[in-house]
Amino acid sequence: MKRGGKTRATGAEARALDDGGGAHVMSWVIAIMLFLTLLAGAAGLATARAAGALDRQMAGRLTVQIVEGEAQRRDAAAAQVLGVLRAQPDVALATPVAQADLARMLQPWLGTDAEAAGLPVPALIDVDLTSDGSAAIARVRKAVMRASPAARVDAHATWLGPVGRLLDTAAWLAGAIILLMLVATMAVVMLAARAGLEAHRGTIEVIHMLGATDRQVARLFQRRIALDAGIGAVAGGILAGAAILLIAGQVGALDSELLGGMRLGLGDMAMLIALPFAFVVLAVGAARLAVLRQMRRML
Amino acid sequence: MANIVQFENVGLRYGVGEETLCDVSFTLRSGQFHFLTGASGAGKTSLLRLLYLSQRPSRGIIRLFGEDAVILPRDRLPGFRRRIGVVFQDFRLIPHLSAADNIALPLRVAGMAESDVARAVREMLNWIGLSERAAARPATLSGGEQQRVAIARAVIARPELLVADEPTGNVDPAMAERLLHLFHSLHRLGTTVVMATHDWHLIERVPGAHHLHLERGRLVDPDPHPPVASPAPASPPPIPARPDAKPSTIVRSGL
Repeated sequence: MKRGGKTRATGAEARALDDGGGAHVMSWVIAIMLFLTLLAGAAGLATARAAGALDRQMAGRLTVQIVEGEAQRRDAAAAQVLGVLRAQPDVALATPVAQADLARMLQPWLGTDAEAAGLPVPALIDVDLTSDGSAAIARVRKAVMRASPAARVDAHATWLGPVGRLLDTAAWLAGAIILLMLVATMAVVMLAARAGLEAHRGTIEVIHMLGATDRQVARLFQRRIALDAGIGAVAGGILAGAAILLIAGQVGALDSELLGGMRLGLGDMAMLIALPFAFVVLAVGAARLAVLRQMRRML
Repeated sequence: MANIVQFENVGLRYGVGEETLCDVSFTLRSGQFHFLTGASGAGKTSLLRLLYLSQRPSRGIIRLFGEDAVILPRDRLPGFRRRIGVVFQDFRLIPHLSAADNIALPLRVAGMAESDVARAVREMLNWIGLSERAAARPATLSGGEQQRVAIARAVIARPELLVADEPTGNVDPAMAERLLHLFHSLHRLGTTVVMATHDWHLIERVPGAHHLHLERGRLVDPDPHPPVASPAPASPPPIPARPDAKPSTIVRSGL
């Protein structure tokens, strides 16, 4: 008797488990789980990128504000502070913000000619430090205050820190949601496999009595779950891809400096594309585990 | 002749009740044809389940193909099961597979190449006279046809031991006779056959067959003049025995 060597489930053996009417339910469950996981993943990755961009923006950056009612004294103080800053070894770059730019920024609140109306407009100097340590900030602050008591030093980390922490929390939350979805998917697949075993008990017993190994029986379920999960992954992946593209377009249209960092890079896209495959592999693994555990209870 | 099966003081108890099988000892030798008789509830099916490794005994020793089947690890059971053909009382055909696919299952489970499977299934369908019904699902087959498919599935892999649980129980006498011929053909090819039956006429039709009789879970000498429930069918000639067959005896250890 010529044997094929490996005892793979082929042909009719692979069809030994009929659909039983429940196959499409599994596809739907996988599609929905994957859709939500991909959205959470995209949101998490984009948020993590935004948090990273914000971190880079905040790290070692200061704004020096010279608040002086009289414009000439303000400009003189600003020039003096600028000189002090440029002489500091902790300062990599000190750039004064042009008063015209400042006026344009203030225009929505103060009107077109705030200075002429006697409103005090401060002078601003953007400072990049050579390091982002608090000691460097303290040294620079001390030097600036010595140069001009009217100067105020704002570390970006002080006012953007809570935003950064919020973005970090959102990114971690998205990661936790992905993990929970994966665990839930695994549990659903294991339950489905066990229900499938119960529903096909008669068939399984016959195949078992014909000499099928536990692994052969498990492979029957793996094939079926792989097919269902594959269909679900394609459906969920397409829907999630469309949703992500739509949201990405809308975020891009906002032209926001903060939300502008929420872009998916190539690595992020690769991770998202890998998720449907991971779902199928996870589903097949969970089915195998469930079936083998159940089979071990049979003689 | 080598011993295929050896039972020594085997007992089987389901749960905490009385033993379903009690001190059962017997030996089946290679190439023998055995009938297993007994009233309903005598333990025939339980004994067959022990034979085809669907159940482990509560006590005693079972040696199968020369190995202790009681302590056989689970991962070796499939290999042993592939050497045993089983005809279940209720056929247990897989309903959504065709007759041909049902018959092919043992070969596919064993990993046989698909071209060889197709050839073997064709031959088997010819042998049982169901070539025209190869694609039919079990639900569309008559009881006798289902029975033949079940038998074909049991024998297609040429098992060393064939266990049949009342395979003629649901068919008319003519079909029972035909099925008996199928079993006997296989026996002539060297397979050891154990066939549970209520039909004493069939036993008389196989000269040289051995006889195991169960009463309330114990093996006893069969009644030489059993009550005949229905008249014997019109005297078909006895099935020719194997040249090496001996007169019907109980082959029990110690007897």
